[in-house]
Amino acid sequence: MARGDHLVISSGDAVQPFNYAVGLHGSKFFHELKENRRIVGIKCPACGKVYTPPRRVCGDCFVENKEWLEVGPQGVIDTFTIVRYAFIDPETGKQKPVPYGYGFIRFDGADTRFQHFVELNEARPIKIGARVEPVFAEERKGTIRDILYFRILD
Amino acid sequence: MENIAIIGIGMIPIKANYKTHNFADMAWETVNAALADAGISIKDVDNVITTSNDFWDGRTISCMAVGDASGVREKNCSCVEGDGTFGAFYGMARILSGSYGTTLVTGHTKGSESISSLITNAAFDPIYERALGPDMISGCAMQARAYMEKHGLTSRQTALVSVKNHGNAKHNPYAQLPMDISVDDVLASEMIADPLRKLDCSPVSDGCCAIILANEEKAKKLCKKPVWVKGAAFTSDAYFLGDRDLADPRSLVAAAKKAYAMAGITDPTKQIDIAEVYDAFSYQELMWLEGLGICEPGQAASLLEKGDFAVNGKLPVNASGGLLSGHPVIAAGLYRIAECVRQLRGEAGAVQKDGAKTAVAQGLNGVAGQSHCVWVLGADK
Repeated sequence: MARGDHLVISSGDAVQPFNYAVGLHGSKFFHELKENRRIVGIKCPACGKVYTPPRRVCGDCFVENKEWLEVGPQGVIDTFTIVRYAFIDPETGKQKPVPYGYGFIRFDGADTRFQHFVELNEARPIKIGARVEPVFAEERKGTIRDILYFRILD
Repeated sequence: MENIAIIGIGMIPIKANYKTHNFADMAWETVNAALADAGISIKDVDNVITTSNDFWDGRTISCMAVGDASGVREKNCSCVEGDGTFGAFYGMARILSGSYGTTLVTGHTKGSESISSLITNAAFDPIYERALGPDMISGCAMQARAYMEKHGLTSRQTALVSVKNHGNAKHNPYAQLPMDISVDDVLASEMIADPLRKLDCSPVSDGCCAIILANEEKAKKLCKKPVWVKGAAFTSDAYFLGDRDLADPRSLVAAAKKAYAMAGITDPTKQIDIAEVYDAFSYQELMWLEGLGICEPGQAASLLEKGDFAVNGKLPVNASGGLLSGHPVIAAGLYRIAECVRQLRGEAGAVQKDGAKTAVAQGLNGVAGQSHCVWVLGADK
């Protein structure tokens, strides 16, 4: 080996596939999304905070959430970005087309924010406080992609 | 609390790509630099904490691969996954347990060996979020938007952080990106994810840093110029970004309060001489300074404009050049601590703050600062 000639070895195409258990609360969330185009949340019995996506524990209170309720489907943009850098889509392994809008949506009736794609539309520019609604996929599979993106209403 | 001191620091220059070094090579050079700095041998080290991230290292139990080069044989060695400041906290707790007189703490990372957006995307929830492609940059872009909107800040104001820190880096031989740039250069750089432009973002980096902690007895015996830990604390916020008010770094506020209470700091603005904060993005330096109580929420930008945080200002911030000038994740917070140690020993050269007695260093974990670790360090016990 010549001086200064430093080798690099690639990991190749090896992947590490996982099967993530969605859990009781997520399973109900995705069932409602797929079958009924409904967004559900869950309320903390102590502080009253409504979580979407729903989960078992309120981290602020360390108590178990019990009360299911429907939220949205409309909401407001809490914050957003317009992604412009080319990067690898973790779903496909291919370069993702840019630009696209991405933001946190607070569903009507929910206290937490839900992240998803937001449409870029010159007539209705993306901004904090804009009202939005989800556009559902025609064929839904019980995943986060059952919502295609959020459409800006005003 | 029993007095704990930092008796040695070791850093290697932060680079875009250490093709010449594997992880153990980096650890070997860094650990030896820290031992030499402390003037001790590996025999004086009672136990070891390494800090790394398995995803970034591409290796399960990544700490094991640097053990030999960190002198762990026949020693108790444990690993922390996260920023090096959290590893240092554990190292300190081990001394406080009474079982050890000294702890060597290391942190390493190589951003260059993988695709950072995929690594940070995997920090997001695989059920609700990951498939949508969020990563460190887009997550922090949304935080930047929320923070700037809340306080009415402009990109011109946040850009000034990048100008200051890249300029400071010109005096730091360990910095990756020393640069003479203007606010206009930042605003003309490529838009990455609104409102973050390329020069608002820290680079992908490789690096390794080590510190050696000791109890008072060992510090006095082994070290001529110990730097004392006056206070240290960390706290966590919610995992889901959507559960947090991204513009309100409440876990940093809580950690700072605890660390200041230990250190007897009641007025951080007046009592802290120098700060090294986690400026992964330009806006973060401002937001974290406010979270650290160095100024009121929304005020850091105007104080920066006044020159308060410049090397010759009232309270120099990231005089080293910060992470905007080189961001080896995991090691990053240890570099912050090491830079504070240089200042408190009066060894910071052209960026030395005259008479610096008290410094604050910050590390964080998780996208957009889920957990924060705050260290108050003093030249005097």
